[in-house]
Amino acid sequence: MDTGIDVRSVGVVTPRTARFSEPLRLKSGAVIDRYELVYETYGRLNADRSNAVLVCHALNASHHAAGFYAEDAQEVGWWDNMIGPGKPVDTNRFFVIGVNNLGGCHGSTGPKSVNPATGKPWGAEFPVVTVEDWVAAQARLADHLGIGQFAAVMGGSLGAMQSLAWTVSFPGRIRHALVIACAPNLSAQNIAFNEVARQAIITDPDFHGGHYYERGTTPKRGLRVARMVGHITYLSDDVMAAKFGRQLRHGRPTYSFDADFEIESYLRHQGIKFSEYFDANTYLRITKALDYFDPAFEHRGDLTRALAPATAKFLVISFTTDWRFSPERSREIVKALLDNHREVTYAEIDAPHGHDAFLLDDPRYHRLVAAYFDRIGAEAGA
Amino acid sequence: MNVNANSVQRADFTAIAAWVKPGSRVLDLGCGDGTLLRYLKERRNISGYGVEIDDESVLACVRNGVSVVQNDLERGLSGFEDGSFDYVILSQTLQLVRSSERVIREMLRVGREGIVTFPNFGYWRNRVQVLVGRMPVSDNLPYQWFETPNIHLCTIRDFEEFCRGHGVRILERIVMRNGSTVGLLPNLRGSLAVYRFEKAR
Repeated sequence: MDTGIDVRSVGVVTPRTARFSEPLRLKSGAVIDRYELVYETYGRLNADRSNAVLVCHALNASHHAAGFYAEDAQEVGWWDNMIGPGKPVDTNRFFVIGVNNLGGCHGSTGPKSVNPATGKPWGAEFPVVTVEDWVAAQARLADHLGIGQFAAVMGGSLGAMQSLAWTVSFPGRIRHALVIACAPNLSAQNIAFNEVARQAIITDPDFHGGHYYERGTTPKRGLRVARMVGHITYLSDDVMAAKFGRQLRHGRPTYSFDADFEIESYLRHQGIKFSEYFDANTYLRITKALDYFDPAFEHRGDLTRALAPATAKFLVISFTTDWRFSPERSREIVKALLDNHREVTYAEIDAPHGHDAFLLDDPRYHRLVAAYFDRIGAEAGA
Repeated sequence: MNVNANSVQRADFTAIAAWVKPGSRVLDLGCGDGTLLRYLKERRNISGYGVEIDDESVLACVRNGVSVVQNDLERGLSGFEDGSFDYVILSQTLQLVRSSERVIREMLRVGREGIVTFPNFGYWRNRVQVLVGRMPVSDNLPYQWFETPNIHLCTIRDFEEFCRGHGVRILERIVMRNGSTVGLLPNLRGSLAVYRFEKAR
């Protein structure tokens, strides 16, 4: 009988919560006294604790990276094609951790949470968090789980920025960094897209300066537009052309402002779906974290110097049609690592899907990650 | 790119390993599956990277435990700083590249020394095949004319003349046939040439 369940799935997973009471000083100077991080784990930590892999999420994902929930088998983890028994990140060998970042809206402390100082949701008062802040919080989660050093920290896009930051913030605690579809910082064009998304949210009358929880409203219109803009940048022109082209939903134009073209309908659908579950304050903060990420900034733009503390080995992967974080940007990272004489392997996957390719199961991409993890596993005795 | 590379150890590897100083930094252009780098890592404790354009070869390098940067040699080596390697190797790849001059120039920009190996087109068996009116096919030139990736074949004399004309100073040369060194009449009796060179001062 076909149960529709992937036999290579980690199966039913249960999120857990770790509570931290040691204050965390953020890059902005703000301090969060107490916070919680929601996380999931897959596979088993081996006896010498050498097989732990941290998976960092990008903009809209969460700690739910693999498997599914008992109450909803349809709710499959966002990187389930990558993580599982016999998959590239093989949970028969590795102990894999997914964590929802600080400021998130999937259970970890964020704008939706109650600020202990006021007894009300943080809302607009929740501080701006950076990639480095997330990494610092993740390190405390590692302490909590008794993991001194990760076999690997991995992520795509914003998640890759976290694995890159790990190599600089905690060089002794990471043996391998997988930096996929990444950039050493955002381009002006990237920041511009984020700003359009933020303005869509901030100018939504339901936003109420970020204090919409008390008002019982949600700036859904803003979130929808934000998601639509974002979504355009994740796909390549070619993929959009192939998937939607100029197809009309009703075969002929209606000469109205209804969604005539398939692409319009698709984007609206994506926007609506997103606005149903994602928190606007979190979205604002995550896009800011993207904008502010720039390890070279404190080194007068010298990325080589910025990455000098890193001792990890690197696998850097880019996708040829990714115009949001193009291969050229990945090559900047590779060059800085080469200049520092670090062990780095760089692959450029010729995939048509644009930035989103890092989430898809292109066989060339997955075989490469599998081969790389095979090496990590051999080193870790996993 | 290096279509001749396979897991079978090639004759030129031993010659190259003999030249490469222990612990040095090596860049292998068109590194194929990374066998040479792995060999040099094991024998000479070198560190370094391969450069490859082919997806399958990049994957094979990862499986071989060799660091590899996927890059098109023809586009130059802009990701690598001047003088950042002790040796830049081009093993059985020279005959495959379009911009041979540029590749050699880039080798000597990035590396202190270059090492090149190529099949000697002047080998007598090749000459005989051309004399009888056929394109040569042999162990070192295993392709039929219609399927060969080789576009810039040369003889030992050709290569040395190229070096003289392009500011390349040859430091050492080994000419081989069936795995052993050829002394006398190398351009006639040798099927494989191995050179170590630097920028002429």
